[in-house]
Amino acid sequence: MSTASYVLTDSMTMLRRQIKHMGRYASLTLMLIGMPVVFLLLFVYVFGGTLGDGLGGVTGGREAYLAYVVPGVLMMAVAASAQGTSIKVAMDMTEGIIDRFKTMSIARVSVLTGHVLASLIQIVLAIAVTLGVAVAIGYRPEANPAEWLGLLGVVVMIGFAITWLVVAAGVTAKSPETASNTPMPLLLLPFLGSAFVPTESMPGAMRWFAEYQPFTPWIEVGRGLLDGTGVDGLDLTLAVSWAVALAALGYTVARLKFNRAE
Amino acid sequence: MFDLGLLFALYPHTNRGTMNASGPPAIEARGLSKAYGENTVLDGIDITVPSGSVYALLGPNGAGKTTTVKILSTLIGADRGEARIGGCDVFGDADLVRTKIGVTGQFAAVDRLLTGRENLHLMGRLHHLPRTETARRAQDLLERFDLVDAAKRVPETYSGGMRRRLDIAMSLMGDPEVIFLDEPTTGLDPRSRRTMWTIIRELVSEGVTIFLTTQYLEEADELADLIAVLDGGRIIAEGTSEELKRLVPGGHVSLRLSRADQVETAARVLRAGSVDADQLTLQVPGDASVDSLRGLIDTLDRNAIAVDELTVHTPDLDDVFLALTGRPETPKENAR
Ligand SMILES: Nc1ncnc2c1ncn2[C@@H]1O[C@H](COP(=O)(O)OP(=O)(O)O)[C@@H](O)[C@H]1O
Ligand SMILES: [Mg+2]
Repeated sequence: MSTASYVLTDSMTMLRRQIKHMGRYASLTLMLIGMPVVFLLLFVYVFGGTLGDGLGGVTGGREAYLAYVVPGVLMMAVAASAQGTSIKVAMDMTEGIIDRFKTMSIARVSVLTGHVLASLIQIVLAIAVTLGVAVAIGYRPEANPAEWLGLLGVVVMIGFAITWLVVAAGVTAKSPETASNTPMPLLLLPFLGSAFVPTESMPGAMRWFAEYQPFTPWIEVGRGLLDGTGVDGLDLTLAVSWAVALAALGYTVARLKFNRAE
Repeated sequence: MFDLGLLFALYPHTNRGTMNASGPPAIEARGLSKAYGENTVLDGIDITVPSGSVYALLGPNGAGKTTTVKILSTLIGADRGEARIGGCDVFGDADLVRTKIGVTGQFAAVDRLLTGRENLHLMGRLHHLPRTETARRAQDLLERFDLVDAAKRVPETYSGGMRRRLDIAMSLMGDPEVIFLDEPTTGLDPRSRRTMWTIIRELVSEGVTIFLTTQYLEEADELADLIAVLDGGRIIAEGTSEELKRLVPGGHVSLRLSRADQVETAARVLRAGSVDADQLTLQVPGDASVDSLRGLIDTLDRNAIAVDELTVHTPDLDDVFLALTGRPETPKENAR
């Protein structure tokens, strides 16, 4: 197919389109970036004092909780950005211009990869802002340069997986409203994992679920890198496996639905 | 406003040669059929559009015009039949077909969040044009379609006619051989409609082939070399507008009289085609020319016939449908 060679060019064109959209939907963009910051402040200043004591460390309190919660909040940032992407994809699908794209000799998938790339940029931005605020209120990560690089890689990998998943949701959704609800579990899962409290504190079945659902290994890998304490092999395997599986699922469904939608 | 001569000189049109009779037809379809569940929308239609001509698909709402455009422009598949654009198989070689066509669908296909110029630049990049060529074509089209002042604004601030013009300009960025226009003037005010007709005529003079759909006989009459009437999933008539109009009974004048006792006299002296004595109405065959109306009114005066209401009726799509199908196009009052 002659269009195959245009996948990269067309994806870049569509990325430009999405970046322009981000600027024109400035309020949505700001809200998605601001949301994890609000979560961070909420958890640290409202629950942090009590939850920090429950961590069982030597210091306890708000400071200890800040050190614990940051990787979880970063994962919330990824999930929140993804929800925004799902809405944007669904809104895009209702636009007449999609039919125009489909009658043009372009790499069709670029309509979707444009969204994915823009989503990744949004995710990295949200994470940078959240980390910045965390440092401003006293967070002191112990990561060395290699671990920072590793963190960036992990964030992009997870963001890529979640984004393809929500792009599939956005393409499948009948309306932008449905599209904003479908990714809700993504915002809930961090709570049912190790984002805000250690999984050891949970009862039997819940703990089992929490330890194997994708967010816990993702959060634990991020925590290991940020704390400079090294990454557990099982966590890394689980984190990568989940990311690959979800990305593949999302990609397949999204392409299928996009090509079929009439 | 448009200065046609000047714009023509400015716009570098590659004249592909009008009415190229030797090559394959610009559009060729055989036995196209499409059903949505139980609803058979197209029931084996044949279409041949010579290169460089304008073809109008005429039909009421729901006739299947959009479905036809979607099939021919590679958006959806057909259940049966074959279709070629410039000799290329629409179903087997969709990607090649897409390099030849420009599509302006029934509903605006512009990016709401991008400005007029950004929309055109987006098209240029997707056609993989060099950056300078994209900028040049966009500027040309903005000037040509009277959108320069609107170039920096998003389409939400445009009037219906402006949005349509941007829509068509976007379809032209890739310099297509065949352009599909699905109801290009529906919902436009009369002035915008005239502007759109001018635009379409200009495109034709550049050698582009145009496939347009419309609900208006007048529009097909104005623009098309060939008109096909779509009804019940079939093309029930095809020909030049002259040929189609020959099928249509000529115009008539409807009269409503004031006095019941004059109906019979009036019918006799006017040689009325049909008379409704209860409603006091009669219809007199004839066109809308001043001479024939003057003659009619003179006759009424001479016989001292009192008239409440006089309406002049010129042939329209309704008459075409009535002539072809024996039923009116829309379920409005049937005067006959
Ligand atoms: N995606 C679809 N699913 C089901 N029915 C459809 C679909 N698209 C069109 N139709 C039906 O096909 C018929 C023709 O529609 P259309 O081609 O849009 O007509 P037109 O453009 O002439 O108004 C209508 O009865 C319409 O309801
Ligand atoms: Mg239609």
